[in-house]
Amino acid sequence: MAERFGVLWFPGWPVTAWALAEAEDDSAPVAVLVANRVTSCSTAALAEGVLPGQRRREAQSRCPQLRVIAADEARDARCFEPVVAAVERLAPGVQVIRPGLCALRLRGLASYLGSELEAAETLLEAVATEVGIISGRFGIADGLFAAIQAARAGDPVLRVLPGGSPDFLAPLPVARLGRPELAELLPRLGVRTLGEFAALPVPAVRERFGSDGLRLHTLAGGTDPQHLQPRTPPPELTATLSFEPPLEVIEQVAFSAKATTEEFIGRLTAAGLALTEVRIELTSEVGEVIARHWLAATVFDAAAVIDRIRWQLQAASGGQLSSPLARLRLEPLTTDEAAHHVPGLFGLGPDERVHHVLSRVQSLVGPDQVVTVRLSGGRWLAERQQLVAWGDRPVATARREEPWPGMVPDPLPGSVFIEPKPVRLLTSSGRPVRVDDRGRVTDPPVALGVGQRTLPVIGWAGPWPVSERAWDPQRARRADRFQVVDGEGTGWLLFTDADGCWAEARYD
Amino acid sequence: MKAAFAVPSSASSAELLESLRAQVATAEARVRQQPFGLDPVLAGLLGEPGLKPGAAYCLGASGALLNVLLAAASAQGHWCGAVGIPTLAAEAAAAAGVNLERLVLVPEPGEQWLAATAALAEVIPVLALRPPGRVREADAARLAARLRDRGGVLLVAGDWPRAEARFTIGSRSWQGLGLGHGHLRSQEVQVSVTSKRYPSGRTARVLLPAADGRLQAIEASSPLRAVG
Repeated sequence: MAERFGVLWFPGWPVTAWALAEAEDDSAPVAVLVANRVTSCSTAALAEGVLPGQRRREAQSRCPQLRVIAADEARDARCFEPVVAAVERLAPGVQVIRPGLCALRLRGLASYLGSELEAAETLLEAVATEVGIISGRFGIADGLFAAIQAARAGDPVLRVLPGGSPDFLAPLPVARLGRPELAELLPRLGVRTLGEFAALPVPAVRERFGSDGLRLHTLAGGTDPQHLQPRTPPPELTATLSFEPPLEVIEQVAFSAKATTEEFIGRLTAAGLALTEVRIELTSEVGEVIARHWLAATVFDAAAVIDRIRWQLQAASGGQLSSPLARLRLEPLTTDEAAHHVPGLFGLGPDERVHHVLSRVQSLVGPDQVVTVRLSGGRWLAERQQLVAWGDRPVATARREEPWPGMVPDPLPGSVFIEPKPVRLLTSSGRPVRVDDRGRVTDPPVALGVGQRTLPVIGWAGPWPVSERAWDPQRARRADRFQVVDGEGTGWLLFTDADGCWAEARYD
Repeated sequence: MKAAFAVPSSASSAELLESLRAQVATAEARVRQQPFGLDPVLAGLLGEPGLKPGAAYCLGASGALLNVLLAAASAQGHWCGAVGIPTLAAEAAAAAGVNLERLVLVPEPGEQWLAATAALAEVIPVLALRPPGRVREADAARLAARLRDRGGVLLVAGDWPRAEARFTIGSRSWQGLGLGHGHLRSQEVQVSVTSKRYPSGRTARVLLPAADGRLQAIEASSPLRAVG
């Protein structure tokens, strides 16, 4: 036996939602327009001859006092939420098909209240008393499609008897299938009603309209393959905190946020969840919003979240926030089963302990000063070692496996300067070593000056050209590398470019 | 016989768990007194099987030497850290054998270098440190107490009061580089270690780094023998 569906439909929902949101009167002629065409209108406008699908000018010529409002899907969805909540209190497992239209399984509620009609009346009444919307209509039938059609015909309730869906659907026009191209084509082929469409043989429909047409053919026949996917109410895990008066000092914010953050983590823990990624949103008094995603190396506790709030504020106080902080919002983005993160009796795992201490050091010296290293590709030593702040995701980098022509031969130097250090590589005449257009030194180097000291050069090799991104004038880089050993036996990896001579690394 | 762990009878289960954890942690720290791994050549110079837990060692500015010392401990699975050494060459360290997944850097701790080192010493057994200036005796003593308590070892790239031993690189010469040709292949250095045990120091010639980026002993060439 096919499943019994109940569908609750609110005609002209965008207008109702607008009236609810703006506390306006929807008994006046009102129409919602998308791309200059009416998508829905109030009953008063309907009475004046305004119809969905009309152009703005046409609608206004029928009804000069028509009030035109812009469509807003977010508003429609937002205003529908209390309706769904009201229905959900009586019958769990509601599926929202779109704002203004939702479906539910009726069996439980109907057997509880005695009959399907009784259940429908009860639900409509609940919406009317709790949300104050009386325009609702209810349809009951076998299958979702038939139930939706029943709701459209409901006044306010229409019940199609079990097994009666095909007969109920048969006289309806094919436009009800919701496919404009079919609604135009089928009547030209002499098929005007759903019944006539359903009567067509299956192979003919498949041949002409493909698998999508075949699905519609089943719908028109009153057998609906669709199942209800009940929505599960999301737990209210997001935490919001308003500061009144707005706060200016970071420590004040951190202190005030303590209780809320602990409660936020507490609610997650109570739900059996461990927080691994959180979104922190800061809103200033004048409405600037600064949001950032934070990722935990293992799992966030309250203190770690407060640290992140503090860091985000520190970063933002540099200029992104021009006024005191008015609101703080914490939203869990990804969570994990809390059971995966329960410490054992024999201490925390060693790595867990490392994580705790590193987080503490991060709050001491700053989040970017506690780093791990990932090797990546590149021609320059400093860019081959990528520093990743503890707890951050490493950003995608150049592939290490690729050949990097111009890379330094092994063994690698023992000290790498993240910022190249200015040095002086001099010829016998005391002038800087230069590389000519053919890639040769004009005069060999004889002295190397680092800081105040100048030492003789006892061995050198080069120049080894390094040319990067020659195709991109903005990022192109051209330099010549040298290996040099100074009079004290220290090896240097140097390069000369247009700006001078630099030490990239030291062999020590 | 007395129980090894004293368990307060009136504590709530959470407090009980907490106190048991603390006792287990202390017991763990007590048993972990194995020396840290050390290259056999350097161990021979030091006269010990490895680096002693709770001790501080002085090294010069040599990045290659630091990498070799970190690598030996890292190979045993220990976490390593480096505070105040922005020039640490991670790629060379990886070539020497350091596991980068267990290496944490605090490149520029600024004023907080001592606090950061002390905090890291809680959990990271092998710490390299380059102090920004002269280290006060009292600070060194406090950090030493923390190291002894946790059984960690400190490798100082610079001066440190009351160091267990001092590694110095003496005369050195690079091989493979001529005047305008070749490239650096390996460095022959004289490593000396002065310790409390050998105050006058012991010396060996090694390749540091050898062509593979690690430390390599140089076989003493046998003196010529008269034959026939």
